[in-house]
Amino acid sequence: MSAGHSTYTPKTGLGRWMDARLPLPRLVYDSFVAYPVPRNLNYAYTFGGILTIMLVAQILTGVVLAMHYAANTEVAFNSVEKIMRDVNSGWLLRYLHSNGASMFFVAVYVHIFRGLYYGSYKAPRELLWILGCIIYLLMMATAFMGYVLPWGQMSFWGATVITGFFTAIPLVGDWIQQLLLGGFAVDNPTLNRFFSLHYLLPFMIAGVVVLHVWALHVTGQTNPTGIEVKQKTDTVAFTPYATVKDAFAMIVFLAVFAYFVFYIPNFLGHPDNYIEANALKTPAHIVPEWYFLPFYAILRAITFNIGPIDSKLGGVLAMFGAIAVLFVVPWLDTSKVRSAVYRPWYKLFFWLFVLDAIFLGWLGSRPAEGTYVVMAQAATLYYFLFFLVVMPVLGLIETPRRLPNSITEAVLEKKSSAAVPATEQAKG
Amino acid sequence: MKNVLNGLAALGLGLAAVTAADAAEYPIKKPVQQDWSFAGPFGTYDKGQLQRGFKVYREVCSACHSLNLVAFRNLEDLGYSEAQVQTIAAEYEVQDGPDDAGDMFMRPAKPSDHFPAPFANPEQAAASNNGAAPPDFSLIAKARAVERGFPTFVFDVFTQYAEGGPDYIHALLTGYGEDPGEHEVPEGTYYNPYFISSASLAMAAPLSDGQVTYDDGSQETVDQYARDVSAFLMWAAEPHLEARKATGFTVMIFLILFAGLVYLTKRKIWAAVH
Repeated sequence: MSAGHSTYTPKTGLGRWMDARLPLPRLVYDSFVAYPVPRNLNYAYTFGGILTIMLVAQILTGVVLAMHYAANTEVAFNSVEKIMRDVNSGWLLRYLHSNGASMFFVAVYVHIFRGLYYGSYKAPRELLWILGCIIYLLMMATAFMGYVLPWGQMSFWGATVITGFFTAIPLVGDWIQQLLLGGFAVDNPTLNRFFSLHYLLPFMIAGVVVLHVWALHVTGQTNPTGIEVKQKTDTVAFTPYATVKDAFAMIVFLAVFAYFVFYIPNFLGHPDNYIEANALKTPAHIVPEWYFLPFYAILRAITFNIGPIDSKLGGVLAMFGAIAVLFVVPWLDTSKVRSAVYRPWYKLFFWLFVLDAIFLGWLGSRPAEGTYVVMAQAATLYYFLFFLVVMPVLGLIETPRRLPNSITEAVLEKKSSAAVPATEQAKG
Repeated sequence: MKNVLNGLAALGLGLAAVTAADAAEYPIKKPVQQDWSFAGPFGTYDKGQLQRGFKVYREVCSACHSLNLVAFRNLEDLGYSEAQVQTIAAEYEVQDGPDDAGDMFMRPAKPSDHFPAPFANPEQAAASNNGAAPPDFSLIAKARAVERGFPTFVFDVFTQYAEGGPDYIHALLTGYGEDPGEHEVPEGTYYNPYFISSASLAMAAPLSDGQVTYDDGSQETVDQYARDVSAFLMWAAEPHLEARKATGFTVMIFLILFAGLVYLTKRKIWAAVH
């Protein structure tokens, strides 16, 4: 994809014929065979590949499920049960798809946190990062609409609550909500348009993924040291080195995925979604899927009015702000050093942020009352402080540790420091 | 100093009290975990138990609770032969039609028919039951589970605990008792500390000792009935559980071996670089 250094030479006549007309084999060779990757990538860097197979798996299972599913409020719930009971291997397809969504989010969260830890978003990779944020946003929209399709109680009430957020927007809020719902309440038109969009968005994700990979192949990958590639010894060829490492990580990830599908397929779901949607019966606690819980906690943490902004609009702004802030991370972080490995203070605040995000997730599953609200407010405060204060200020005042001169030097240093205790042990 | 400490202690107690009050008030008692043949990675349904549970459903529960999603042909999973399923189906009447004259008519059920519901519609079901329509039983074992709370829900991943539904049903059926007077029990409802959404429910204790006759020598007690019908309802909600777990075992073995081989390949390829 990055032009100028192609080493591809077609060996057969057909290869040369093809190369002169549509150099697709050259593109594949340059992008996934000869493409140089830093030699010091750890397993945190395998989640891009994992996300790709998860997207493909979701599209494949989804397309087959759509052959059996009926997007009509009268029959939607039972059509899913028909898949579970009467369609050949339907239970497998459906559990793969529903758990696949969760696994997709597990992988994307590891991928995002890895980017935050190693400073992958810094120049010249700002667009790469923003494209990733767009993919994440599209994933959230897709997952939310997908959860509505089985037409269970949580589907219905989740859709009611989440589309209700939009009414908080002044002037156009009600109009946007009615556009989303196709009426004044969640009903058949809502289900129909959600199904249509749930089928469309994954292909839009695939399109942005192409741009994301393209941008990656222009700038090259970062690595745990955060130092750019400087010499040939800093890199290895994508194939076989990265291919085999990615393959191993993918299989391990698939094993975890399979464990959920085959042994605890309903662990990540909510029992109420096995009750058909009923507009007259509100569940005791309406909770979204686990991967939205941190944002749900932030939404409900704003229980007070701020000047002209009432608590409802404030909550919605905080929730969208929590996602929007990700888009400007490349400009919030002022540090010249990329990787947290050489930033002791940033490392500390980063891990606190990880804990904070998990804590927010747990709070999102609790009812919004009493001490939970106070805790959610504190956790929300830290969430925003991390991005808006820690990132800009720390970059200016923190003294980073000494950086190695190159990736090769870093690898050799690590090897010798690992070797010394070993020889000492041998002497002892 | 002492005052400060007292103040802190009071604050701590206050927080604890608030948190306790915040936690889901119901059920008053958490269900007791039971042993189920279908639990764990190699779990299978006990066909004798499913047949007994089906008998309890047929003779007791089905008077009020429908089983809309289950067809008679599915009963072959319980170990019944095709002929036996036909006989069972023929004991039920289902509506069919319209016939040549345009009229609906009743006929004996066939194996392809689903269990007929005891009421014509939810409104009739509610009207006949003190205003609360008895829920359909097809998915009840997956649609009810008491929250496990932190950290138990984390351990559940590793112990593969997925029997919250049958545990709840068993606890509810065996849990009726005298109201200790601490809770509000509206008239026409029955106290049950295991009920998931309040202190009492509209259904009276449905089972009593000796109510259903077992012909395989199993105990005819409320506890045994509850256990059997819970297992039956788990089967009704998840009929492909055995196939799922059996397939899972093959898939896991394959993935672990495959991962091992690819890991060795990876080590060999990277040996020169490291």
